[in-house]
Amino acid sequence: MAFALSPERERELQDILTRYPTRMAATIPLLHLCQDQNGWVSEEIVQYVAHKLDVPPAHVQGVVTFYTLFNQKPVGKHQVWVCRTLPCALRGAYGVIAQCEKKLGIHVGATTKDGKVTLRTAECLASCGTAPMMQVDKEYHENLTPERIDAILTKLQES
Amino acid sequence: MLARTDYLTKVYSLGHSLDVYERHVQGYQAARKVLLTMTREQVVEEAKKANIRGRGGAGFPMGIKWSFMRPHPTKPAYLVINADEGEPGTHKDRTLMELNPHSIVEGCIIGCYAIGANVAYIYVRDELHLSKERLWGAIREARAKGYLGKTPFGKNFPVEVYVHTGAGAYICGEETSLLNSLEGRRGEPRLKPPFPAQAGAFGCPTTVNNLETIATVPAAFMLGCENYSKLSALHHIGDGGVRLYGINGHVKKPCVVELACGPTINELIYDIGGGILGDKPLLCVIPGGSSTPLLRADEVVNAPDEKSPMHAWHGKNVMDVPLGVDTMRNVGTMLGTCCVTVMAEGTDPVLAMLNLMQFYHHESCGQCTPCREGSAWLDRTVQKLYDGNGTIEDIDLLADIANNIMGNTICAFGEGTAMPALGFLKKFKREFEEYATGARTKAQARLTVD
Ligand SMILES: Cc1cc2nc3c(=O)[nH]c(=O)nc-3n(C[C@H](O)[C@H](O)[C@H](O)COP(=O)(O)O)c2cc1C
Ligand code: SF4
Ligand code: FES
Repeated sequence: MAFALSPERERELQDILTRYPTRMAATIPLLHLCQDQNGWVSEEIVQYVAHKLDVPPAHVQGVVTFYTLFNQKPVGKHQVWVCRTLPCALRGAYGVIAQCEKKLGIHVGATTKDGKVTLRTAECLASCGTAPMMQVDKEYHENLTPERIDAILTKLQES
Repeated sequence: MLARTDYLTKVYSLGHSLDVYERHVQGYQAARKVLLTMTREQVVEEAKKANIRGRGGAGFPMGIKWSFMRPHPTKPAYLVINADEGEPGTHKDRTLMELNPHSIVEGCIIGCYAIGANVAYIYVRDELHLSKERLWGAIREARAKGYLGKTPFGKNFPVEVYVHTGAGAYICGEETSLLNSLEGRRGEPRLKPPFPAQAGAFGCPTTVNNLETIATVPAAFMLGCENYSKLSALHHIGDGGVRLYGINGHVKKPCVVELACGPTINELIYDIGGGILGDKPLLCVIPGGSSTPLLRADEVVNAPDEKSPMHAWHGKNVMDVPLGVDTMRNVGTMLGTCCVTVMAEGTDPVLAMLNLMQFYHHESCGQCTPCREGSAWLDRTVQKLYDGNGTIEDIDLLADIANNIMGNTICAFGEGTAMPALGFLKKFKREFEEYATGARTKAQARLTVD
């Protein structure tokens, strides 16, 4: 079945299009809407976005490959991003990464076998004053301790 | 001298609603006054007196940047606010978006009027979901009151403010890359000229201001711009007003505070940050984001010449020099974003450099060969030394690679990678040599202090 936005997201797109002088400017916002719905940006979505915005599919594909937040293949139900950059590393980010790998039984970059969690590292997420930190889906978890990390991951595993 | 102020942060503990903003800090009074009683030219002239040095890192005077905007016969103008906040060690803009979003909206109204723009885009990195939500909330509230829209405060000068999101790319903080990203393209920096004031967003005259830069504008106009500038200890050298300062890394109380411009690093570490973890001695600091070269705890200012702008601090420790755009440049680094990263003794500088080179390698947009290849090569070579497989020649090679990036790239990311690399190599020469000779190994390397 061909990809189509849900009615609610379609309305949001119409609103987005009013904000800019060109349709192309909606490329990133529309890709976000599509990824929110589908979990990742498939080839079909690339075609869909190109068609919706009157831009070449190669343009859309170029945008998708430039930005780290667009998933080019399916990912887990939940996304865990651990910040690994220096200010977080000074407060234990490497330990956080090790704990996540151990608890989830996967290395950074992988998804758990049950498809629930994808573990990745992130570059500075503007929370250096509340380090170490990680982002789970759309939520920040700051001032992490081993106990809190354990609780957060357990909740994801049980979700 | 440390002077706490709360022009931007007073509402942090009171709430982020329009009601709080209007009741407690005379919110939207400055924008109302500006739109109803001043001409565009008067606003720009007044803004210059505030001596607001851009809060995004480069420190360019905001009023002068506004004055570059000339009305175009056919093209509209745009105000673009940079809230990409990706510079490692920087965590200040996020607090404004979450806790004082109306200061940003009000700043946008004044900014739009000053440069003749009817639309402002706030470019927020995608990860900051709460920030985006709070900004949209503030925009909705301001529009409902008639402060945005076709006739803000009854004035026939339409202003709309929109939030635009990125998708995870540090380089999109660079202003021309940000503009490409706003237009729906890959976030690759553009060659300058043309500068944004001539051809920016959608090929139209554009001003790009950092988020904190624009958020501080209402306070400046409330106080009168000259009075605002005078709050700063560095008013006399054209570095005015108040700023958000961040402190992170090995301090007891990492945080963001608002201070009059010109505190020293020692004041930030000990008076604001509560001192160093475990009361350890200081090793070094990164003064304002990872692209600003580090300062070692044992560095002193050498300015014997009485005519030198730094002579007043001759013989003093660099940590006792007021943080300012020009003072930091004169001690061989940059003020950057005013968020200081603290490293205590015991931190392994080679591992710290490796961490940062991994960052730059990951984030280079890849357009320029010296940056694309150089950042990867720096990463590989530091890794090799760290793994115990390097030689003394590799240390020279690192400096060579960095020197070949400098000045040979489209955007300042190149310098932002090379300068801190050269800083680590010069200031921690001994530690690099110890790795090369095997006197130090990664088995003992730590970034944390317990
Ligand atoms: C690689 C790179 C990354 C940057 N990242 C940011 C950023 O995240 N936020 C920001 O405000 N400015 C950033 N800048 C600076 C902007 O290019 C620009 O100078 C700034 O937004 C102008 O605003 P200001 O004059 O108010 O400081 C970056 C510059 C470079 C070269
Ligand atoms: S210097 Fe680096 S980041 Fe900047 S345009 Fe060149 S390759 Fe891209
Ligand atoms: S380094 Fe992790 S949030 Fe900045």
